[in-house]
Amino acid sequence: MTFKQMFTSSVGKKLVMAFTGIFLVLFLVVHAGLNACIWAMDGGVMFNKAAHFMGSFVVPRILEIGLFLGIFLHIIQGYMLTLENRSKRKIGYEVNYSKGSKWYSRSMAILGTILLMFFIIHWKHFWIPSRITGVAEMDLGNGFVVHNLYAVMQDTFQNQWVVLFYVISCIALAYHLAHGFQSAFKTIGVNNKRYHTMISTIGYGFAIIIPLAFAMMPISFYLHWVN
Amino acid sequence: MSQNTMNLKVKVWRQKNANTVGAFVTYDVASISDEMSFLEMLDILNERLITEGGDPVAFDHDCREGICGMCSLYINGKPHGPWQANTTCQLHMRAFKDGETIVIEPWRANSFPIVKDLTVDRSAFDRIIQAGGYISVNTGNAVDGNSLPIEKQNADDAFAAAMCIGCGACVAACKNSSAMLFLSAKVSHLALLPQGAPERKSRVLNMVAQMDKEGFGSCTNTGACEATCPKEISIANIARLNKEYLGASLSAE
Repeated sequence: MTFKQMFTSSVGKKLVMAFTGIFLVLFLVVHAGLNACIWAMDGGVMFNKAAHFMGSFVVPRILEIGLFLGIFLHIIQGYMLTLENRSKRKIGYEVNYSKGSKWYSRSMAILGTILLMFFIIHWKHFWIPSRITGVAEMDLGNGFVVHNLYAVMQDTFQNQWVVLFYVISCIALAYHLAHGFQSAFKTIGVNNKRYHTMISTIGYGFAIIIPLAFAMMPISFYLHWVN
Repeated sequence: MSQNTMNLKVKVWRQKNANTVGAFVTYDVASISDEMSFLEMLDILNERLITEGGDPVAFDHDCREGICGMCSLYINGKPHGPWQANTTCQLHMRAFKDGETIVIEPWRANSFPIVKDLTVDRSAFDRIIQAGGYISVNTGNAVDGNSLPIEKQNADDAFAAAMCIGCGACVAACKNSSAMLFLSAKVSHLALLPQGAPERKSRVLNMVAQMDKEGFGSCTNTGACEATCPKEISIANIARLNKEYLGASLSAE
């Protein structure tokens, strides 16, 4: 059996979704942790230093390539699987069976589409200015100049519609994680009685805490909790 | 115990054969006892249709004891009807109210083509079992009972998985028309026992390959299959199948 055969079977395609999903979950922890520096109440010095480290040090730059690969694989495979699975029932039911599963478990593609839209807009807000078009700089003394992404955040999150869109996206992320976190572990085969309780507890906790932390960031700037 | 009768409407999918277009037809069924089984209610409807010179509604059934896996029917939006852990043949009319309209649909999946009306062809399941749902044993005299030690927990889990009657309700309930609950039950009950060890790796790989060939969808762990399964097969079996697949496919030549 080749790796191609392994990853293109119905179970293998799910393994791709699970492995990339778990990688993206790990990315969310790093992203939320670094962004939490905005709450250092130091005018963005610590946050800009952290962003500078991520943007200039070689390890995060290499991981960034993996991140983009992971995101695109997850998105493309997700859409391919959704279309393929939908094609398996040409004639639908008159009455749908909705009691047996959660709405968000059945709506991963829709939640994922909201996240894809968010990803494009979020990229345009921060990644493109920082990497390509350029942003204002902050002088930290002794010739140490960094991108002032804190100021970009301050500026971006003055628009109520942007803040609203970010918060809605965080809610979509919460539901996507509520199903995805546990599902990924089931797909890689971890679901015996001992681990099931642990994974579902961590999964629901993660699905609440991480999106909540992200949602508080635009809200903090909009309501001037941080300056 | 007093016996109540009720008058109902049944909205049934009628389709002459796999090549024709089907449609719903609504029938009135009168004086149905609440002690009747669901299939007895359909028998009464069919007797009337035959008497009137019409074509009876085709539906699968055999033992009518809830053990053979032959009955199907997607009733009011749930495979095997509203009761939990129950087959259609064990569903009784007391589950319904007088005057109610009951919608009866066949299992819907491309891999289960309609033969006629509510009867679908589930031979895809047979072919999946043929691909690996067997064990190699020594010929000769039967071995003594209990001569092979098996851990109690494994025996219980294997037995729970072996409860699967292959009715196809999991496929019917799944939004992806995935057969993973069925397949995982068949793989699990042999993978958990020493008798299943010789073909352990080839079994899971061949059965997954056959399942894909039959055109079933992928599992997205929504849990609809487990919720509707008449034999309460646990979705934990799917995780076990995934683990078996991952291990076997990584170590296969």
